[in-house]
Amino acid sequence: MSDDASLNLFQQQEANRRRTVLLVIGFVAFFAWLGFGGDYIYYLSTRDAPVTAYHHVFPWFGIALSVVALLTAWYAYATGPEKVLWSTGAREVVDPTDPLEKQLVNVVEEMAIAAGVPRPRIWIVDDPDPNAFATGTDPLHSHIAVTRGLVELCSRDELQAVVGHELGHVKNLDVRLMTMLAALVGAVALMHDGVSRILRGGINLGGGGGEGSRGGGKKGGAGPLLLILLVVWIVSWILAPIITQLLALAVSRKREYLADAMSAQFTRNPLSLASALQKIEGADAPTTAIKRGAAHLCIADPLGRRLTAHEGLFADALATHPPMAKRIAILRGMGYAQIKKEGGSVG
Amino acid sequence: MGSIIFLVLLVVLVAWVIGAYNGLISLKNQTLNAFKQIDVQLKRRHDLIPNLVNAVKGAMDFERSTLEAVIQARNQAVKVNATGPEGIKQISKAENALSSSLQRLMVVVEQYPQLKATGNIGQLQEELTSTENKVAFARQLYNDTATQYNTKQQQFPTTLVTGLAKAQPADLWEIEDQAEKAVPQVDLSMKPKV
Repeated sequence: MSDDASLNLFQQQEANRRRTVLLVIGFVAFFAWLGFGGDYIYYLSTRDAPVTAYHHVFPWFGIALSVVALLTAWYAYATGPEKVLWSTGAREVVDPTDPLEKQLVNVVEEMAIAAGVPRPRIWIVDDPDPNAFATGTDPLHSHIAVTRGLVELCSRDELQAVVGHELGHVKNLDVRLMTMLAALVGAVALMHDGVSRILRGGINLGGGGGEGSRGGGKKGGAGPLLLILLVVWIVSWILAPIITQLLALAVSRKREYLADAMSAQFTRNPLSLASALQKIEGADAPTTAIKRGAAHLCIADPLGRRLTAHEGLFADALATHPPMAKRIAILRGMGYAQIKKEGGSVG
Repeated sequence: MGSIIFLVLLVVLVAWVIGAYNGLISLKNQTLNAFKQIDVQLKRRHDLIPNLVNAVKGAMDFERSTLEAVIQARNQAVKVNATGPEGIKQISKAENALSSSLQRLMVVVEQYPQLKATGNIGQLQEELTSTENKVAFARQLYNDTATQYNTKQQQFPTTLVTGLAKAQPADLWEIEDQAEKAVPQVDLSMKPKV
């Protein structure tokens, strides 16, 4: 059993490393396309301009955007965890005096021993709704954040199970991929907003120019190609945030089942995670402190979307989390199998 | 042609031996490291117990024998000077005795609500629970890692390089104490009787 588990863990770590690299490559490639595509469109549209007018021959946009994307990716990797924590308003627990926070620190230390990873830094989000998430780039630089509501609502065993789930994400390097994704989603949204504004201004300007001095006839030679390129390019711009959002969704759902299983492996007590999930599910209110950008990092969907409760094509495509009822059912199954086995071996 | 095939086979064989050897060494070190983790947690526990006993001594004059049992078990455990996974039988015997005496103390503390009501005891109880859990989880990690190491050693074909890697089966940390084995008595889980 443990041999199998470790093999899966190793594969999972490898897959997460690979996916993070692919994510970064995809991110940079997408921006390169936006940049160089824009250059090409500009080149085509100025090719037939008079000799004295401006000819766009050097791909400034492409180079600039690629460099910006690379820097963004590097920045996201270096500061992603901080940014995620900052966006939720978490405060670090350093030297707790409150008994509940002391208990949290103890529980995290216990689970770190069970998982065989260094103790992560511990954060509390002052939000009454129970939820938890992990972030970081690797087990040596990891953070676990739980809401105040979780600490207050859950028993010691349940808290342990939730922390075990989060340490599962840390150990199999889910945190690296998911934090990177969160940081890049944020960056794309930000850049999209900024560039859209510039672009809108630019199109207005261009439209005005076209009506005035230059007629359509001059651009006629490159017409269809230019038009198609332009359409694809603009569509890419519009779709950028949606694509990154969908990526965030697709990446997080399967992982929750795996982290649940890892929690059960660490605590040897799947039923306590089942009851913790039930409590989290029961507290219906959305976790207001956690925004959309970090939603896929959490143990339960912080936005309280109804989609999470269902299964099916639509929910599969749009929910960040698998249906809670199914997760609980799987954990209960594990728990009863365990009880049966133990009962059998004693009897 | 024949020599090329021979050469390829040789390279494959050497690569496999290196891989299997490194795999075993890695597991061996993981097992050693997991054992060190238990050691760290046991030291913590040994340091905590005198404080704990001092804190409850005044309030629990009437349970002197329970406290003395804890102290004695602790001193016994500290005295064991076996180190490394080889001494695991000796260490685990003393530590298991300490665990069960601590459990008895916790049960006693539970029985006196006025004792629990003072904040100090509540904190100490939390510390004690945490320490016991840490020891248990360190033990669990060690047993899992050691089992993995032992399985790898016995499995064919890795078993062929065990001699080369000087790999020997690691002893597991058994819970021998009957009292500790029989601890969960309260069962509210409504499980079907088997």
